[in-house]
Amino acid sequence: MREYTEKIRETAKRLLKDGKVDVFIGYKKGSVPMMNEPVLISDPEKTDLLYWDSNCGLNLCNYLTKRTDRIGIVATGCNSRNIVTHVIENQIKREQLHIVGIPCAGMIDYRAVQRAVKFREILDIEEDNERFTVKGGDFEEVFDKKDLLQENCATCSHCNPVEFDEMVAEPVEEPQGVESYRDVTEIEDMDSEQRWGFFNEMTSSCIRCYACRNACPLCYCPTCFVDESKPQWVGKSIDPIDTMTFHFLRAYHCAGRCTDCGACERVCPVGIPVRQFTKKLNKDVLELFSWEAGLSLDQRPPLDVYKVDDYNEFIK
Amino acid sequence: MSNKMFSKEEWGTALEGLRDSCRIFVPVKDGDFHSFVPFENGTVPDFDLKNSRLSPKSVVYPQSERMFEYNLDPDDPEANVLKEAPKEYLPQAIVGIRPCDAHAFQIVKLNFDNPEYSDPYWVRRFESTVLVGLGCNEPCSTCFCTSVGGGPFSEKGLDALLFDLGERVLAKGLTEKGDEFLENAEVGKEADESILKEAEGLGSSASDKITTDIPTDRLKEKVVNELFGASFWEDVAFACLNCGTCTYLCPTCWCFDIQDEVMGKQGDRIRNWDSCMFPLFTLEGSGHNPRSNKFQRVRQRFMHKLKYYVDKYDNGVQCSGCGRCVRYCPVNIDIRQVAELMNEYETESA
Repeated sequence: MREYTEKIRETAKRLLKDGKVDVFIGYKKGSVPMMNEPVLISDPEKTDLLYWDSNCGLNLCNYLTKRTDRIGIVATGCNSRNIVTHVIENQIKREQLHIVGIPCAGMIDYRAVQRAVKFREILDIEEDNERFTVKGGDFEEVFDKKDLLQENCATCSHCNPVEFDEMVAEPVEEPQGVESYRDVTEIEDMDSEQRWGFFNEMTSSCIRCYACRNACPLCYCPTCFVDESKPQWVGKSIDPIDTMTFHFLRAYHCAGRCTDCGACERVCPVGIPVRQFTKKLNKDVLELFSWEAGLSLDQRPPLDVYKVDDYNEFIK
Repeated sequence: MSNKMFSKEEWGTALEGLRDSCRIFVPVKDGDFHSFVPFENGTVPDFDLKNSRLSPKSVVYPQSERMFEYNLDPDDPEANVLKEAPKEYLPQAIVGIRPCDAHAFQIVKLNFDNPEYSDPYWVRRFESTVLVGLGCNEPCSTCFCTSVGGGPFSEKGLDALLFDLGERVLAKGLTEKGDEFLENAEVGKEADESILKEAEGLGSSASDKITTDIPTDRLKEKVVNELFGASFWEDVAFACLNCGTCTYLCPTCWCFDIQDEVMGKQGDRIRNWDSCMFPLFTLEGSGHNPRSNKFQRVRQRFMHKLKYYVDKYDNGVQCSGCGRCVRYCPVNIDIRQVAELMNEYETESA
């Protein structure tokens, strides 16, 4: 990962120095293991702050919304697809951006790492391509990265950026024949009572902190429906019905737009697998419209177009 | 004050028996983390925890609490009259609370129980709660309680303190309430000198294991408006998602919002935890929001904890050093670094 970091620093410095961009958005190394912090850099002398490793699992597209300056930004496959979605949805203009593409080998699932070391206190992680070493006060363990990837990364088939101005390295090989929706099928196979139970259980620990919503680049509404007060659509207590209403409606609002970047799930402080909602809708749009979000700047998403000659009767 | 010692097995039996005297909250393993839950039949307490993911503040100060109820039926002579929601304040205990979280109640008490205001719900529930702490033999790498007036075996705000000595448990009564609680334990015996000594050693070695701190010594002397206008806030706030993780996990965040909820003709007035991170936090009825930008809300959180509270109560910072916000902030905004920026801040030239 050191090569990526070096290349990102060099690129950012050049872009800022040459006046190609006003600011550069990337990550800096975090103050606790497996957590990096998104950072905005405008001084070419400060590009050494930039950092890259397999703990950059947020979605930086989130920081682009409605910016008016010229921005350099690092983007993995999923992040670049969200940038495309942002451009299509008029949240940013393509010409404002200089996208520095990252061929991505996936992000480490920090929760899985904590489980793997039996919740002993992790003090440091050292990454060496396919492997990484987890260090604690009295232990040191080596893991293969592929065994502890975030679930969305393990089932990803768009690892390389789809839209970029330059790349930090040669593209990685895209995995073939990935089974992305096995977990969704399992939920589909439940009867409605079981499914209700499953969702109830799943959201029961939600504390309504909205980290999932706020980490999502799709959630840029000036006022989210849960924050509306005239009328107030949803109650604000931790009543289970209100909590589920929030999760369901948010997921539907992401239908046909979600790239399964996993940021929502990564940031949840109580570990709710929120992707179970959005993945089902990703599967539906794939089956109904052969659509995967953010692959092309030239095509409008299926849920925001209307054709007079649509073959569906109900829409006419 | 009494000191009782138990074998691990006796302690388990004692705790079961103590359930008769009051409602007991204990830590349990809940998936990847620990939560405090009522100790009922079938509950398996797990005292082998770093700390619970959410602080046990909700035992005294629930995330959602019904304050009043009312009826909107025009035929009811009492329509539209707010009536206090019935509540019970039965004796309860939090067993296994970490010293930082107990200290946090003392920090919060200055807000909920002072000569000017007294919050009836918080005060009555706090008064009916016994805090039985569990000292931290192995503090986490993100713990900084020792730099904010606490410690891994601090007795501040606790009624009793437990020492995990491997095979044995020492329970030290610290207040009358704590003593009374321990007296109800049917097993255990008076602690001897050797176990007290062992406990003392444990306490000081745990303090040495705290590896991190926050500087706070110069916060009081700073001019509030200068700190408010400092140029670093935009940088600090850049990554912030404005989620409520830090606030809701924090044992010392106390802000709430009051909401009316109506179903049919029945209405409830509820208070819910609020978060200064949320855009609605200070949105006024007029539509104006004095903190409409993200950086203003982030600034509010840190200024409140590290400056306004310091100035208002002269009681240190509004932080007990549990480190939850450091560990669980999804974008790694670290209060230790922000405290340093604030503490080291020198007036910028105009």
